[in-house]
Amino acid sequence: MFSTRNFNRSKPVLFILILFPSLLWAYQFVTGNLGVNPIEKLMDELGLMALRLIIITLMITTLSNIKPLKSIVVLRRMIGLFAFYYVCLHFSTYIVLDHFLDMQFIIQDIIKRPFITFGFISFLFLIPLASTSTNNMIKRLGFKLWKKIHYLIYPVAILASMHFYVLVRADKTEPVIYIGIIILLLLHRIFKRLTRPQLAQ
Amino acid sequence: MKILGSEITPYKTYLNRRKFIKGSLASAMLATVTSSAFANHDSDLSIYTKNLNENDKLNSYEEITTYNNFYEFGTHKKHPHLNSGNFKPRPWTIKIDGLVKKPQTFDLEKILSNVTIEDRVYRLRCVEAWSMVIPWQGFQLSELIKMAEPLSSAKYVQFVTVFRPEEMPGQQKRTIIWPYREGLRMDEAMNPLTILATGLYGHEMPNQNGAPIRLVVPWKYGFKSIKSIVEIRFLDTQPETSWETLAPWEYGFYANVNPNVNHPRWSQGTERRIGEFKRRETLMFNGYEKEVAHLYKDLDLTKFY
Repeated sequence: MFSTRNFNRSKPVLFILILFPSLLWAYQFVTGNLGVNPIEKLMDELGLMALRLIIITLMITTLSNIKPLKSIVVLRRMIGLFAFYYVCLHFSTYIVLDHFLDMQFIIQDIIKRPFITFGFISFLFLIPLASTSTNNMIKRLGFKLWKKIHYLIYPVAILASMHFYVLVRADKTEPVIYIGIIILLLLHRIFKRLTRPQLAQ
Repeated sequence: MKILGSEITPYKTYLNRRKFIKGSLASAMLATVTSSAFANHDSDLSIYTKNLNENDKLNSYEEITTYNNFYEFGTHKKHPHLNSGNFKPRPWTIKIDGLVKKPQTFDLEKILSNVTIEDRVYRLRCVEAWSMVIPWQGFQLSELIKMAEPLSSAKYVQFVTVFRPEEMPGQQKRTIIWPYREGLRMDEAMNPLTILATGLYGHEMPNQNGAPIRLVVPWKYGFKSIKSIVEIRFLDTQPETSWETLAPWEYGFYANVNPNVNHPRWSQGTERRIGEFKRRETLMFNGYEKEVAHLYKDLDLTKFY
């Protein structure tokens, strides 16, 4: 049985572990060690990290159904916020480094290219999640409404993985694995929902 | 200038320069002389830069050989460089068939003994909206077509890449339908810009760039420039090509570089030149409009993309 305290204690280590890649890539970018197309590489790494963190937050909820791991939920907020952090870095790399703030071009790109549309909407949906992530906000909104808002994580995860799926030209194995994991996690939630009333009887 | 390990490797006598020697001592000595004239590209870039457009700068050997799309060796840009070590580009033959006077198989050495290898500095524009400037060595495809003696009914040329899954790990997975195939209309194939390249920067063609012989069609997106060619077929109908078969709504047969025809995934209006920070405008026909625009004067380029 892992207690809340166990998980809370692991937070500083996790914090550094999850933050570290972004510092490393920034350092590699500045020193010219990110390959011959560093902007593309930076954008890919940041985006992939964000997607993986989003999926991990979904997994945490599922894992917390296992009795000994019940308290793992205390890690979810931090990882969710890190996902938002990586999405912001990913998106600003696209806006600033890739397109040099050419807003007219960027807007066209978002409208015309489905994969960018998916990514952009996913980013927009993450904003209310990140901005209501304090205890204070849960109190102010009430748990029910807060929870409703946080259902947005499902479209976020689906759109983010579609964003990746459409981007890949030929070997779609990796995005398919992510989509598969997301579907399994969602099915588990649906299954839980459907079986809950019977348990109550 | 930074000197790369790859650039200070001592030169062997490269096939490119070797085509006129056949082992005799005298010609071997001659080859040493000629190859040394080409050998040290790093100290004399002027061989290549004299053909350069004022807005263009050569990409480095490192950039050209570590960032490649060559799915036969894997789908990441670094895979061809990392996974092509076991590929054996010698000996090599090219099968010529279809609508020709006489189907035959040419030894690569024999082809090279009949052509003139020249330097061609070309821009390469990938459909993924990045580009490079590459100093190729090669010969005009038209020279090989003359050797092949196609019939007058031949209207198209199809090219096929080698299929060797044991040497090309990417082919062990069905990411695309192997072998890779590409094609050109006869007049495109005969255009003086179209070359079969056998080297770059004075090196024999590196495995990751399509050893030992590949097509280079500089006014089309990079995927048209098929690598490691083992078969050339002459046809009277438009041949099937790999990317068009995989995703016809994305990739057309013509695949001319065209900033005005968008691709669902990449705007084709701008491109990132590898090594540069800001994007540049993409040029019509990749800047070769003068040489090739006449080929398409009767074609609706938005329909035949």
